[in-house]
Amino acid sequence: MTTETNPETNLKTVESPGEHPVAGVPVPNKALPLLRTEKLMLNMGPQHPSTHGVLKVVLELEGERIVKAIPVLGFLHRGVEKLAEDGTYHQFIPHTDRLDYVCAMYNNFAYVRAVEKLLDMKVPERAEYLRTIVAEVQRIIGHLFWLGTQALDIGAMTVFFYTFREREVLLDFFDDLCGARLTTTWYRIGGVENDISPKLIEHLYKFLENFSEKLDEYNALLETNRIWLARTKGIAVISAQDAISFGLSGPTLRGSGVDYDLRKYEPYGAYDKVQWDVPVGKNGDTYDRYWIRILEMKESAKIVKQCLDQLPQGPYMVEDPRVTLPPKDKVFTNLEHMIRQFKLFTQGFRTPPGEIYCGTEAHKGELGFYIVSDGSGKPYRLKIRAPSFIHMGAFDFMARGYMIADIVTIFGTYDIVMGECDR
Amino acid sequence: MGVGTLDGEGGLVTTTIEQAVNWARKGSLWPLTFGLACCAIEMMAAVSARYDIDRYGAGVFRASPRQSDLMIVAGTVCRRMAPVIRKIYDQMPEPKYVIAMGSCATSGNIYNSYAVVQGVDRFVPVDIYVPGCPPTPEALFDGILKLQQKIMKQKVFIKSPILGATKV
Amino acid sequence: MHPNAEKIQAKFPDAFLSEKEWRGDLSVTVKKDAIVPICRCLHDDPGMDFDYIVHISSVDFPEDPERFEVVYEFYSIRRRERIRIKARVTEEDCAIDSVTGIWKGADFMEREVFDMMGIRFNHHPDHRRILLPDEYDEGYPLRKDFPLAGKGWRDTFEFITEGAHKKTT
Repeated sequence: MTTETNPETNLKTVESPGEHPVAGVPVPNKALPLLRTEKLMLNMGPQHPSTHGVLKVVLELEGERIVKAIPVLGFLHRGVEKLAEDGTYHQFIPHTDRLDYVCAMYNNFAYVRAVEKLLDMKVPERAEYLRTIVAEVQRIIGHLFWLGTQALDIGAMTVFFYTFREREVLLDFFDDLCGARLTTTWYRIGGVENDISPKLIEHLYKFLENFSEKLDEYNALLETNRIWLARTKGIAVISAQDAISFGLSGPTLRGSGVDYDLRKYEPYGAYDKVQWDVPVGKNGDTYDRYWIRILEMKESAKIVKQCLDQLPQGPYMVEDPRVTLPPKDKVFTNLEHMIRQFKLFTQGFRTPPGEIYCGTEAHKGELGFYIVSDGSGKPYRLKIRAPSFIHMGAFDFMARGYMIADIVTIFGTYDIVMGECDR
Repeated sequence: MGVGTLDGEGGLVTTTIEQAVNWARKGSLWPLTFGLACCAIEMMAAVSARYDIDRYGAGVFRASPRQSDLMIVAGTVCRRMAPVIRKIYDQMPEPKYVIAMGSCATSGNIYNSYAVVQGVDRFVPVDIYVPGCPPTPEALFDGILKLQQKIMKQKVFIKSPILGATKV
Repeated sequence: MHPNAEKIQAKFPDAFLSEKEWRGDLSVTVKKDAIVPICRCLHDDPGMDFDYIVHISSVDFPEDPERFEVVYEFYSIRRRERIRIKARVTEEDCAIDSVTGIWKGADFMEREVFDMMGIRFNHHPDHRRILLPDEYDEGYPLRKDFPLAGKGWRDTFEFITEGAHKKTT
């Protein structure tokens, strides 16, 4: 067997001895490239530690390079939109908790805003402030969760323990506020469930005092970490034009330099009463999105602080007999109130016939509810515009050409949650 | 198990082999990294610094079913996911245990819809049911402790079918 | 009439059916045959410039002669405006042209509408179910005649063999 190098192509060719040296397979007697290439189909998921739940992706690989990535969704399809048609408007609030379970408060917020738009209802000012405070706390939790899990997937486990430490402090706040850590159901149509106590305000102030130091701690672990830089810079790049065309939203869109934040441009809650900025990226890669999320946490802390400073006195629930539950002590003593409570729970309240779409800037992107009402106590049709689902539409486009090891970064860059994606 | 003092000094333990095996088993329950939905987030919180599931010897989360003893079914079991869960369960080596974490895995919860299986025990035997939506990490630990109690009562050398949950 | 609706009416007088503004949302109902030219105009016309697709949805009205309504929601990033376009399709000819050529994100949204409501999209590049498995044959869950608990699919487990669930130690 002789080996010679072709001077033109610089490729080694082997002159065949007529028989394969190992397996005894006959080989054609001519100079031949020894390797045969073909595309490899690889199933990733639904049981995989870094698919953020039950996502399955069919990867078409050429060596280690991704030629095509087809997401297979629906492993957590629970039929929420169908269930919405079966219950009253109040009964759907617990379902929204479980859509994007990392960020339950914001889903509540988006839903109650949509119903309030349908009812054309004005919420008391204190309720608006409370909603904004809690929503921004939830945004911090969501971004902390993203940072921890993304770093964990990429290989930096320490960050996970650090971010979860702060997350627990904020979850304690939720626990004291409404009795649940994840599935909170604290927002009500027309306001919020209960008022915030001075002790909880203290809790938040104390947390905000040294939160920026904690952010510096995470950044110290990641900012100049060579592995983090190599695995996030230039990964999952999407141009502004493509990102808009795909309907991306949230940090994924802002990372590409598009200044699109509903909190700023269609203000709701108390966002127009406080000073804050929309961080926008430049390169549209995962590293930019990481910075956007870090900066958004800082902005959220600013918003929470200002809202706490400005928090007005007043009712935290609207006085509207259509939707407001009667006070609990009256329910047990007064027949009228008891009947109203009973009717609200069994039949719900009636909404004017019509249709609305209401989008809210959740921490993943634009979470919208499109509600069609036929005038009865149940939604006729309720469509959830889930950012995770729409982000998955761009997955194939964004994954092509990268290495197989980058796939977990690309999942993570959207901050995908399957409960919301599959609904 | 008792610490014997035959000659007045320590260092001797009397036990049955059964108890020794069960004791070893319960102290190193390796769970499978298998989050389905919301409960998976609380499962992750159980791993993290404050709760530290490692205290119960159940902190070594394995990504492969072939290396794990315990499947924590954390989340809504959708019909489309059911064959996958069953396959993963079949791939786990004996002895294997299943914790149905949360209301969804136990009974389907509020999701009485066309796509959701009404409880994971329809196709996989469950040892411990943990209630809650989602259960807090403390509740999950309670489930793990209950499972450890159950393991201590098992007969190692007698073949006995264990169907579903038994009272602890 | 809203200026955007006026523009659509001026450009497509035959396809324009009605417009409604309610709670600050503008919705325009058009004929389904003209959905692609209208969407193209909404996207490309500098005066409209609806470059961002928000969602595609569908509503079922079983009593109406044209049973299904396909709903498109667009947003203009530069002009910060929203518009909703609606088109009716009948049950017999349950299909509408795809807008994937205009907005790339329409791909998954249209697949979801097909999966949940059974409305087909002509010229869609990858026309399959998305949330339910390909072999699912009970129909389309979001139609009003579909029972909430399904038609038995959720309780069928072919993969269990007799006695296989017995566990020994």
